[in-house]
Amino acid sequence: MNPVTANPPVATPFFFYLLATVMIVGGILVITRKNAVHSAMALITTLLAQAALYLMLYAPFVAGVQIILYAGGIMVLFLFVIMLISIERAAKERQFNRQWLVGIAAATGLGGLLIAVYTTTTKGAVLFPQGNVSYVESQNTQAIAALLFDRMTGTYMFAFEIASLLLLVAIIGAVVMAKKRI
Amino acid sequence: MHALLDISTLHYLVLGAALFLLGVIGVLTRRNVVIVLMSIELILNAVNLNLVAFSRYWQGIHGASALHGQVFAIFVITDAAAEAAVGLGILIAFFRNKETVNVDEVNLLKW
Amino acid sequence: MHDLVQYILSYLDSDKTPGAAGNIFWAVVYVLLVFVGLSIAVIAMNWLERKILAHMQVRLGPMRVGPHGLLQPIADALKLLLKEDIIPDGADKIVFWVAPFIVVLAAFTVFVVVPFGPTHAITDMNIGILFMLGVSSLAVLGIVTAGWASNSHYPLIGALRSSAQMVSYEVAMGLAVVSAVMMTSLSEQGGTLSMIGIVQAQQQQEVWFLFKFFPLGVIAFGIFAIAMVAETNRAPFDLPEAESELTAGFHTEYSGFRWSLFFLAEYSAMIAVSSIAVTLWLGGWLRPFPNALSGSTWDLAFSLIPGLTFLFFAAICFYNTARMPKHPLFKIQTIGLAGFGAVLGLVGLLLFVPAVRVRVNDIFWFSAKVAGFMYLYIWYRGTFPRYRFDQLMKVGWKVLLPTGLALLVCTAVVGMRSEVWANVVVPMWFGLMDLLRRIF
Repeated sequence: MNPVTANPPVATPFFFYLLATVMIVGGILVITRKNAVHSAMALITTLLAQAALYLMLYAPFVAGVQIILYAGGIMVLFLFVIMLISIERAAKERQFNRQWLVGIAAATGLGGLLIAVYTTTTKGAVLFPQGNVSYVESQNTQAIAALLFDRMTGTYMFAFEIASLLLLVAIIGAVVMAKKRI
Repeated sequence: MHALLDISTLHYLVLGAALFLLGVIGVLTRRNVVIVLMSIELILNAVNLNLVAFSRYWQGIHGASALHGQVFAIFVITDAAAEAAVGLGILIAFFRNKETVNVDEVNLLKW
Repeated sequence: MHDLVQYILSYLDSDKTPGAAGNIFWAVVYVLLVFVGLSIAVIAMNWLERKILAHMQVRLGPMRVGPHGLLQPIADALKLLLKEDIIPDGADKIVFWVAPFIVVLAAFTVFVVVPFGPTHAITDMNIGILFMLGVSSLAVLGIVTAGWASNSHYPLIGALRSSAQMVSYEVAMGLAVVSAVMMTSLSEQGGTLSMIGIVQAQQQQEVWFLFKFFPLGVIAFGIFAIAMVAETNRAPFDLPEAESELTAGFHTEYSGFRWSLFFLAEYSAMIAVSSIAVTLWLGGWLRPFPNALSGSTWDLAFSLIPGLTFLFFAAICFYNTARMPKHPLFKIQTIGLAGFGAVLGLVGLLLFVPAVRVRVNDIFWFSAKVAGFMYLYIWYRGTFPRYRFDQLMKVGWKVLLPTGLALLVCTAVVGMRSEVWANVVVPMWFGLMDLLRRIF
């Protein structure tokens, strides 16, 4: 074993393939389960595995945001709605619609296109070769904040304000949609 | 074998593409509106994975503060939250009228 | 073999947490220590809650099982493990089985970043406080699925109420936390979300954030203290699980081992949010008055306090041993209590040894502050009447949220005093003058 050096990544292929398997299996469970609550739980597993993948990509802030917002916020909203509308009757009906074959054919076509893109190599070089990456994890939040808020380097301040306006519109929209009497 | 074990950006892109395809199949084939919405969340997640993988690739070229992909991913997550809220609001309003959650039954404007 | 020993020993003189140093062996050791410590803490909390609540209600609490009821938690655990495992008819078996584990996982994973000392954490994530808030919000998922999977009215209503309450008070918690994190940006190494960084910011700014910008720190702490009680579904916000209201709410249909998992998760969550409060406002592992009473004599005096505390507990045990009834049937209990007192005394004496003292000091002060919070939780339960659910939601949204927002703005303005004047007020003034000149 090596003596302790500056944070080398540990067992990356093992964790990547483990998390990738969890995500793909979770995705398949999401689209095939009859019971919407089972789908929701599979989606939660997928989202948490995705957060772990973000950690592997040295993006801890995005991982934290994913856990808080997606797994802890959006999925709670989904589960609330699933429980408030009684969904047992829907579980007994036919699950897949009549044009499922066309849908899968279209998706396969898209998949073929993506495979063709990813396996082209120009002059024998592989797509997106990995450069010399330095492992910087301890300043990630500060760097994202610099991109968002700093006066000199902050290019996304306007987008941030628009996003908050969008959330306000979404709140008002959701309240109006779900009210009993407008 | 070496290409399989050496995790590069391409691995993450292929995984993102696979999730995207699963989400597209879910949207195109399921009848239950809630599951369609969840498949849309899968699609958005696949896109986020691509963005963050590319941000890591960009960091290798342009230095440690080239985190544009991660900022974009944060905005996508925010938008997904807004869209899920409004979509589920629409679903509740629809369910109150028709007592069903099948997409096939949304046919009031059919001739 | 020698490499392995070298790997293990190479961490001992490092100044980083095992996660930051990349040392797997010590990270696993720390994980096991935290797990065992947490289990002991939950068992102790069970006993303490029953005894303290009893003494507040002028009765004695469990006295029979061990000397002064000290073995009562073990008896409870044994009973729960041996109970029949009932699954309600029509319940969704997989989800019913998984739900307690989600809550327990969420409550235990939080402790990965809790800092017991400057290097005594399992890892120091860059997003420490964000991680803690996020993972503790995953417990809501477990509660909602537990209520739904029970296929019965009371659990479903209890689960929906409980999760609505937890989600509402998470917002208030988040605002209070952001206001505290903003105060870290005034220290010289910049703002940080990492738990160890927050305590070091307090150390560097020479003030606990509780007392910073008085009264803003205290109000933020107050908002968090109220929100954390609501977040963990404890009195006076325990309507979703109160027995007189909803027959135990979302864990009505759970019996035996599964119920003990919920109970374990509730106490762990209490300790977790108390750790957040201690780290953010009460200076974490710093001893009281690190700057007003500084110097090596005061350091020595304060470092003797851990040992003195355990000796004090041992003295209480011996005093109660002397007060035990002198009847042959009480012989085992008397010997047991005396033995327990002797163990506490030995631990106290061990804590006087300088080598141990130096290492344990931080952990002791952190644990003492968290123990203070645990006492506050039990005190609230014994004192306050329960909030009705609509009153609960009203407090969360109409009182705590606006106060938190106003506090955030005030903290930001006060923290940036000089820059606010130069960068906000003056340009606004000039812009206003310019506008008026253009109009007229």
